Amino acid sequence: MIETKTLPTQYVSRPGALSTSSGKTLRTDEMIINMGPQHPSTHGVLRLEIVVDGEIIVDVIPHIGYLHRCFEKHAEHMTNYQQVIPYCDRLDYCAAINEEHSYVLAVERLLKIEVPERVEYIRVIMAELQRIASHLIAVGTFGIDAGAFTPFLYAFHDRELILDLFEMTCGARLLYNYFWIGGLSHDIPPQFIEKTKAFCKYFPARIKEFNDLLTYNEIFVKRTANVGVLPKDVALNYACSGPMLRGSGVNWDLRRDDPYSVYHKLEWEPQLGKGEMGTVGDVWDRHIVRMREMEVSVRIIEQALSALPEGNVQAAIPKRIRPDAGEIYARTETPRGELGFYVVSDGSGTPFRVKGRAPAFVNLSALPAISRGAMIADLVLIAGSVDIVLGQVDR
Amino acid sequence: MEAFQDLGFWGTLLVTVILSALPLVFILLYAFVTLYMEMKVAAHVQDRLAYMRTGWHGILQPVADILKLLQKEDIIPVVADRKLFILAPYIVFMGTYGGFAAIPFTSVFIGANIDLGAFFIVAISSLVVVGILMAGWASNNKWSIFGAVRSVAQMVSYEIPTALAILIGVMITGSLNLQEVTKFQVGGIQDWVVFGGPLPLVQKLLIIPFTITTFVILIIASLAEVNRTPFDLPEAESELVQGFFTEYSGMRWALFYVAEYANMFLVSAVAVAFFLGGWGSPFGEFLSGPVWGFFWFVLKGMALVFLQIWLRWTLPRLRVDQLMYTSWKVLVPFLFVCIFAIGIILVL
Repeated sequence: MIETKTLPTQYVSRPGALSTSSGKTLRTDEMIINMGPQHPSTHGVLRLEIVVDGEIIVDVIPHIGYLHRCFEKHAEHMTNYQQVIPYCDRLDYCAAINEEHSYVLAVERLLKIEVPERVEYIRVIMAELQRIASHLIAVGTFGIDAGAFTPFLYAFHDRELILDLFEMTCGARLLYNYFWIGGLSHDIPPQFIEKTKAFCKYFPARIKEFNDLLTYNEIFVKRTANVGVLPKDVALNYACSGPMLRGSGVNWDLRRDDPYSVYHKLEWEPQLGKGEMGTVGDVWDRHIVRMREMEVSVRIIEQALSALPEGNVQAAIPKRIRPDAGEIYARTETPRGELGFYVVSDGSGTPFRVKGRAPAFVNLSALPAISRGAMIADLVLIAGSVDIVLGQVDR
Repeated sequence: MEAFQDLGFWGTLLVTVILSALPLVFILLYAFVTLYMEMKVAAHVQDRLAYMRTGWHGILQPVADILKLLQKEDIIPVVADRKLFILAPYIVFMGTYGGFAAIPFTSVFIGANIDLGAFFIVAISSLVVVGILMAGWASNNKWSIFGAVRSVAQMVSYEIPTALAILIGVMITGSLNLQEVTKFQVGGIQDWVVFGGPLPLVQKLLIIPFTITTFVILIIASLAEVNRTPFDLPEAESELVQGFFTEYSGMRWALFYVAEYANMFLVSAVAVAFFLGGWGSPFGEFLSGPVWGFFWFVLKGMALVFLQIWLRWTLPRLRVDQLMYTSWKVLVPFLFVCIFAIGIILVL
């Protein structure tokens, strides 16, 4: 059941692997095609080496590294701990706030400082807004993968509203550098609460519209149900996380199981794939988990907004951050799954080592296991449902 | 065209050339309009505006697009099969354009008034398949060959339901000549074949469910014939880059595009001629005549083209096996039932 053999870096053709239909003269063979790095649906610069028998996929070998930017080495050569934060933004440019959150959390735990409660609430609001924005990209581009272009623009329209909220708060629309060690770069502006409440009121109706247009569309369901099934045990063995893991029915969400910020004070439930349209862990399940997580995020934001305390947005931290020698692993639930930063300090002003555990990279490793035997059109959908961001995969 | 019988060889040739060029003029004008319509419909479906700068509401944008395409570099890949690569778009366009010969645009104009009109259209539009396979093969690109093979499988499969649906039209109207077929249903909207045709009332009431089913199937099958969503597998962008015309650029690419658009109108025109009364006015004698006939024909055709565009920007795409399933296990059996039932009703 569980694939343990290591993948070859180059596929070796096996003559006679496919049955020949009429004896000697007609030779059938597998064909190797190269999908990406410049392909419309590889979501960035992923290169997939696909071995196909007609339309059926025999093997898939992902080749990564086209967007490698030496993040971990850069982190060791900054002047101080704060300068790493903008680099974290650039890991997963679709969910920059969540990346910052993990890193900031790691450094704060290393420094053993407490941040004001207002900061924690604002961080939760921002992280959940970012989660919605990121899931909107995921489900929108997933629609394109399935051949429907219109849902993509609907998703981007709503994402734009969230980006406006971010812009209002910290001036940036994509890479925010908003979470600082011990606090935030700015307090939220006065109109923010009102506008976010308006968004929370408006957005659930849009989710319903999106579901009507795409999620429950007969053709879409036929395309996605029972495709790319990732069973529970395989998901656990590949250490998948996020919607990919929950889509397979594993009840695991770091916001609840390894609480950080103020998630434990709010009422919400992780969403799981139930196999409503086909098998548990199919592509449709991963899609619906994302759709429902957006609804959950709206509920979290509403609660956090009403519980938002007054106060300072910056804890008292030393001007020069010099954690005691030691190491820490802090993780948060990003839209793609468990993002952890392992930070080692040698007592100096710069991190000795920063290691990122990228969920997109780990989730991508399960792609070959669930794509074999599918069709090319399915592979596109499976890759889309993994929801990779190559900036995070390659770091 | 009986009026042009005694013009001698050169006269006949000249008349023939002019008459066969008329649909070309129509296709080019129609391509402009549809290009604009496609973009505007897409934009409004997607909650945006599309072109707004080039002229009033961007009305000149198609002109700009064509001018851009004319200036583009004509790239032929080094490894491509040069002759086939150059020839393919013309074959595709020929197959489509040939079909326009038997289309009755109005009561006084039909390119070639042949008695086997419907048969001719079904036959000549199969030529498109050859062109597409040629384009895919000659491009020497794996994605192109995928697109071409998919396209051939798809178009060959969907010619069966199309032909069967047309056959039902022939059974009811009793003619293969599209001009005759249209004349059969000029009495207004109640005489259209989709609503049972001008049959006695009891027969008409019995036949209506079957004709409507047939019409819907014809529309579905024609979507597949012209490679439009949800059957746009041959050029599925998210899977096959651009399918069989991945390697094409400039005017050669534009020719494929015009052929696709022309094909959209061709299948709509066949559906209109057989099921929606062709050039006949929906109000019987009111607003009829050759000029109004042309207006009604184009209007009905464009309504179906609009339907195709609308569906394209709404629906996802099917998978290859589901495509074949739809054709062979859903559409064809339904049509057999329709043929059987309509045959019995007509004999009654």
